[in-house]
Amino acid sequence: MSRKSRSMRNRFVQVASDALDANPRVAVVLADISTDRFVANGAVARHPDRIINVGIREQLMVSAAAGMALEGMRPIAHSFAPFLVERAFEQVKLDFSHQGVGGILVSAGASYDTPGYGRTHQGMGDVALLATLPGWRITIPGHADEVEEALVEAIKSDEPVYIRLSDQVNAGPVSSGPGLATVRAGSPGAVTVIAVGPMLDPVMEALSGSDATILYTSTVRPFDGPGLRAAVRCPKVVLVEPYLEGTSAGEVSSALSDRAHRLLSIGVPRGEHRHYGTPAEHAQAYGLDAPGLRRRIASWLGPYT
Amino acid sequence: MPPQLLEAPPSATPRQLAPYSYADLPALLTLQTGDEKHTASSTSTLDVLWVLYDRILRIDPADPRARWRDRFLLSKGHGPMAYYAVLAAKGFFPVEWLPTFAQYDSPLGLHPDRTLVPGVEISSGSLGHGLPLGTGVALALRAQRNLAPRVICLLGDAELDEGSNHEAIAAIPRLDLDRVTAVVVDNQSSSLAWPGGIATRFSNEGWSAVTIDGRDHAAIEAAFAANQPGRPHAVVAVVEQKS
Repeated sequence: MSRKSRSMRNRFVQVASDALDANPRVAVVLADISTDRFVANGAVARHPDRIINVGIREQLMVSAAAGMALEGMRPIAHSFAPFLVERAFEQVKLDFSHQGVGGILVSAGASYDTPGYGRTHQGMGDVALLATLPGWRITIPGHADEVEEALVEAIKSDEPVYIRLSDQVNAGPVSSGPGLATVRAGSPGAVTVIAVGPMLDPVMEALSGSDATILYTSTVRPFDGPGLRAAVRCPKVVLVEPYLEGTSAGEVSSALSDRAHRLLSIGVPRGEHRHYGTPAEHAQAYGLDAPGLRRRIASWLGPYT
Repeated sequence: MPPQLLEAPPSATPRQLAPYSYADLPALLTLQTGDEKHTASSTSTLDVLWVLYDRILRIDPADPRARWRDRFLLSKGHGPMAYYAVLAAKGFFPVEWLPTFAQYDSPLGLHPDRTLVPGVEISSGSLGHGLPLGTGVALALRAQRNLAPRVICLLGDAELDEGSNHEAIAAIPRLDLDRVTAVVVDNQSSSLAWPGGIATRFSNEGWSAVTIDGRDHAAIEAAFAANQPGRPHAVVAVVEQKS
């Protein structure tokens, strides 16, 4: 295999292709998206029975992957987030969860990664939707190395796993495993800020020079409640997620349910976002770039600090 | 690659083991419903199911997850009393379960659950999931070089309204999944109907397809035996119209 790609999507193709070579249980089911990459690297030629392109049929993609899981295989289904999760959601719910089998869903095109395509290709609600189902491990990598770590672990297990690839990446990986990692420790009275996946770099920039404890995680389900309880010393918590605002707010509230606390949830607001342009413009519009985060957190802390 | 058996098939067929015959099925239905007369939706599948389990499917009720077994996926999970009656008749679970039908703690619900009922391959109820799941089952069997088992999926004519079926009907022949057989029990209950017939929906996509009397046991048996190498097979089993 060639040099490891820094693109999450290309790293996924590399790691999945290696897994196909090494593990006869692994299968990849596609609905056109990314098929060209598995052809170009020779994986389709090597494994014609285990890389299946069903065409632009996302319901069938998810169901067929689940059918392979019924026979003991470890399927990976992959497409853009709105089509993989939102379009085929009942297939995910019934053909994986209700059948009692696991599988791996890997999406690309997170939130506003491809804003020129407009609302049809935005996927802010995927994590919230999957979080309605029991037992899914939901991973939001912030770096291509974290994609590799998550996918290698997912292939070893039999559980249902969602890995959400994005073009928004942090400069470096954080090896936090499934739990919260303390990236920066503030004073005992400092606000605790939880940065999820690609939000780490903007959060770090927003809070440079501010007294804050910054926690990082790439795994939001199961949420590391014990880790949060251990890390939080001051009852002010900010949660910054790169998808629908408040998606993990309930997890934070549950973890701190016996402590008086304040929670600010930051993410993509609900709305029909009828704009094109660039991901940076969308991050700015939603207050998810460093200046926006700094303003929102400062204004929330302001009257009380 | 020719089909190969991973393990020996059972020496005794289910028919030899079965403690109940076709004539017992009405009584087994009554155990579930309490009614002496049975509604069309509960019996439309009865003859197809009986012939499958009595004459076609290679499956051992004592080892219903054996790798060599034929996979039977009941996609039309609505009205499962006939299915439960046949499974009980063939010894997959005790007939004593039948009177618990639809009770809170019963394994037998108004839609079957594969995690609760021995011999049930998929949990169904929401329509349009069986044939897409069966696509994956057939893909996995091929990837594992377990080429002898058939994958037989039962649908209803109204269930065909669901678009997910048509994703599978188009893809199965293109993916060369010739071990798949779809059987559509047609009681003419699709609200917008299928002008030109159901079989053409399959044959246009490259399936072999036959239309038969869904109450004629000899015709049902012959239709399932008529699958050809190289093509998936569809059986349209016509029964009396749902009233």
